[in-house]
Amino acid sequence: MRKRLFYQFSLLLVAVGLVLAGCGNDEPASTNEATNAPADSANTGAPAEEGIKVGILHSQSGTMAISEVSVIDAELMAIEEINAAGGVLGKPIVPVLEDGASDWPTFAEKARKLISEDKVATVFGGWTSASRKAMKPVFEELNGLLWYPVQYEGLEASPNIFYTGATTNQQIVPSVTWLLENRGKKFYLLGSDYVFPRTANLIIKEQLKAEGGELVGEEYTPLGHTDYSTIISKIKEAKPDIVYNTLNGDSNVAFFKQLKDAGITAADMTTLSVSVAEEEIRGIGVDVLEGHLAAWNYYQTTDTPTNKTFVDNYKKKYGDDRVTADPIEAGYTAVYLWAAAVEKAGSTDVEKVKEAAKELEWEAPEGKVKIDGETQHLYKTVRIGEVQADGQFKELWNSGEAVKPDPYLKGYDWAASIQPTE
Amino acid sequence: MDVYLLQLFNGLSISSILLLVALGLAITFGLMKVINMAHGELIMIGAYSTYLTQNLFNDYLPAQLFDWYFALAIPVSFGIAFVFGLVMEMSLIRFLYGRPLDSLLATWGVGLVLQQAARSIFGAPNVAVKSPAWLDGGLRIMDGTLLPYKRLFIIALVVVCLLAMYLYIYRSHEGRRMRAVMQNRDMAACLGVSTRRVDAMTFAIGSGIAGIAGCALTLMGPIGPSLGTYYIVDAFMVVVLGGVGKLAGTVLGATGIGMFNTLFEYWTNASLGKVLVFVCIVAFLQWKPMGLVAMRTRSLD
Amino acid sequence: MQLKKLAPRRLWILAGYAAAAAALFSAPLFVGDFRLNLLAKFLAFAIVALGLDLIWGYTGILSLGHGIFFGLGAYAMAMYLKLEASGGKPPDFMGWSGLKELPLFWRPFESFGFAVAAGIAIPAVLALVLGYFTFRNRIRGVYFTILTQALVIITTTLLIGQQAYTGGTNGITGYSALLGFSLGSPDTKRALYWITAAALISIFVLCRFLTGSRFGKVLRAIRDGENRVRFIGYDPAIYQMVAFTISAAIAGIAGMLFVLHVGIISPSMLGIVPSIEMVLWVAIGGRGTLIGAALGAILMNWAKSEFSTAYPEGWTLFMGLLFVLVVVFMPKGVAGLAGQLNWRKKRREPRHEGVRNPAV
Repeated sequence: MRKRLFYQFSLLLVAVGLVLAGCGNDEPASTNEATNAPADSANTGAPAEEGIKVGILHSQSGTMAISEVSVIDAELMAIEEINAAGGVLGKPIVPVLEDGASDWPTFAEKARKLISEDKVATVFGGWTSASRKAMKPVFEELNGLLWYPVQYEGLEASPNIFYTGATTNQQIVPSVTWLLENRGKKFYLLGSDYVFPRTANLIIKEQLKAEGGELVGEEYTPLGHTDYSTIISKIKEAKPDIVYNTLNGDSNVAFFKQLKDAGITAADMTTLSVSVAEEEIRGIGVDVLEGHLAAWNYYQTTDTPTNKTFVDNYKKKYGDDRVTADPIEAGYTAVYLWAAAVEKAGSTDVEKVKEAAKELEWEAPEGKVKIDGETQHLYKTVRIGEVQADGQFKELWNSGEAVKPDPYLKGYDWAASIQPTE
Repeated sequence: MDVYLLQLFNGLSISSILLLVALGLAITFGLMKVINMAHGELIMIGAYSTYLTQNLFNDYLPAQLFDWYFALAIPVSFGIAFVFGLVMEMSLIRFLYGRPLDSLLATWGVGLVLQQAARSIFGAPNVAVKSPAWLDGGLRIMDGTLLPYKRLFIIALVVVCLLAMYLYIYRSHEGRRMRAVMQNRDMAACLGVSTRRVDAMTFAIGSGIAGIAGCALTLMGPIGPSLGTYYIVDAFMVVVLGGVGKLAGTVLGATGIGMFNTLFEYWTNASLGKVLVFVCIVAFLQWKPMGLVAMRTRSLD
Repeated sequence: MQLKKLAPRRLWILAGYAAAAAALFSAPLFVGDFRLNLLAKFLAFAIVALGLDLIWGYTGILSLGHGIFFGLGAYAMAMYLKLEASGGKPPDFMGWSGLKELPLFWRPFESFGFAVAAGIAIPAVLALVLGYFTFRNRIRGVYFTILTQALVIITTTLLIGQQAYTGGTNGITGYSALLGFSLGSPDTKRALYWITAAALISIFVLCRFLTGSRFGKVLRAIRDGENRVRFIGYDPAIYQMVAFTISAAIAGIAGMLFVLHVGIISPSMLGIVPSIEMVLWVAIGGRGTLIGAALGAILMNWAKSEFSTAYPEGWTLFMGLLFVLVVVFMPKGVAGLAGQLNWRKKRREPRHEGVRNPAV
């Protein structure tokens, strides 16, 4: 009996010890950062007091980790490169990592923590629209600064967020026009059941009406849905020319594998995806995806001098089997844009950085980008690519020049009915 | 007409996947009353075992043999999940017999640990498993109706697993001991059955079957750390709906859920279809709390 | 437990509670805004834990669906806050879902009173209806637990699927004020903290009263032997129903407070994972003791917050291990361990419970 009690007691001690170890870690990010990115310690190992702290808030656990972890890698790499080149304002950047855990209230909580406790200069973070919507009120309330690196559904321009991914007129709208001109008129809209696909499809439906397309079906599946046999039957019945795919994450794997099994290849029917990039191709398998289309602003194969170095460095740092993709590039770009804005402003003060960031230009891996002062989105080049046998994209079309962001689609008459109510 | 035939087949296919996922649980939960929330993670282990087998074939064997990796992957997945199950039983589950709700909480913790371990070992992004060429394509039975070989293969795999389980449980000595222990532990122990060994074996076999399920799932869906979470609740529903402790019940439960799911999803949409299926389950359990095939018992508690 | 010793012990316990209450109320003096906000959230979680303990620790019914009741309360409050922020116009997410007019069932939530009433009543009524059917059909133990999981799936899928009416996966966020007080101001936050602390203490006292009463005794009797209770002439179903309903109402209150502190509610808070986590707080704190449940919720969430900050890439590993260790080696949780240490000579538990009763 006594022995058992002793055992239990020591276990409790261990547990308490663990909790204390956690609590002891509040103060600077020094230990924090050392555990997160041991490889970086040589470059960013300077004491936190002397550096400029920035938050990195993505999901490292939960269902969204599959996508977000690579963006963290890219952001850490950008920070390391900037530090190696002397940092910003002569000080090194010190990243403070937090886990959003694929849970939106956690994103809000951690954002609040980063701003008010760690006093970070800015935060790079988020992936899903839901995580951005959860963080937005926090950044607006505390006047923080968020850099959001993923393409999204538009209809937003928060004064406290910089959007380095595409908005709808830089990805979805031009891709629909291109499909109508090149691949056919009959569209089938398939998406995961959340805000991005629903809003995107709302826009596409208006656009189809205005540009002479035809909607033959629309389906949403719950996040994490794994059986698409019924959906594929429905698609077969509807006989579309194009499946416009806004599925997210794991569902893409199931959908494309089962589409191939059902005997439908890219030659039989065009699919265009907006959430399938190089990284996803690795998880789905090239044999399944070959010939299918995607719309992005950047591919690993995009031919710019900056991109060559970017891809080389990324592979050198994280392994030859790793690939770069649009959100990874957008995360990397975000760090550089922020650093440039800070240098220009001579301060990390949010208002000054925002002011300095207006019309700021930078040679990103995707080509020249420019921050639009009015909406805090980027001018970006639209690219439609086709999956090749080596898992890379071949660019079929691009917009030729960087397209001005238009999150509220004010430049399109047919979009008049999709304006937000507030 | 074609569409209905195809949907019938799809329903059958979903049923077979559900059954495969739930079979292991039918043993660990149905027979042993351990609410194994880490069952999904055992499935994930099976999937990653398949991935590893594929990589080994890729790296060390001539390319023409590659297509046969899958034949080996099934026993490998079973074996690795079996070992995990054995370790879990001996180090943890053993202390939790007779405390089913505690087993739920502890195995939930195990599930978290396994997920995180997979994320650390294989990385957070999904990995790709290339399905063997002999499973590509499908059987054309009529114009326009194509039955994918992969789905047919999974149906066959389930039948084989069921048969093997039936033979093991009802026709072998070990199976008899197992049933004896599950029905009356004290009596079995008095008669000289090593209950501890039987427990460990039973749990490990249930886990091994989860491994096979994971292997089969690589043909249809994603392979990532959170793979198990997509299937765990469905698996429990199958076992409970079918009636705890009865293999026939599990088969019926899986068929019921699979068929209705396909039907509802075809009529409405994926979200509403899912809701309707679960509403039906809840309603059905109100009517027959012990499930489709109830174990006869005279005991009250 | 001798009667003679009871009196001084009770005094000590009372003093302990008083000290805890004083510490709770004076916390704003010692901790910063962010920590206070976190603590307030943990207190809201502690309230759910109390409700869950009532139904699990005292009545022996494990619900893995308390996330639903918590969430329904939270949604009621969120709807009010959202309408206050949008000034009665359809909130933003309705716009981008293509809905131009405020749906009828949203209208009453313009009133704060109605929202609060609904936040308590909706979970309670749902629990009552559910309990009426399940408990009368004598669905128990594991079956009930799995049934509640099915309900969780139904509720979350519906909430996510009806984006135009519920905000979908995003949930509802972006509030500005509560009854005219800005939610962003530190004063409002402090006041909300005190309200939460007061709510926690009142609910604690209420639960204490319930468990100490005759009603509580019957609940414990049901936990220990439902059929015996039935044979004595009680109808366990009614007691279970009432306990379940109270528990759900408490979860609803906690949900409303949660929204005020966190500023967002999304279907992910109603899912399987949070529902199981809630149960784990109670298990780790010590089921069947109210103070254990409340402390468990606070400690576990504190640990989660600190772990995830210290080891953002591997913290779930620690949490998982912690759950396993506690459940296996401390079946009565932290509170139970203290008890065992105190009375180790007097109370000898059977060392190993065999599978005498596998059906439970």
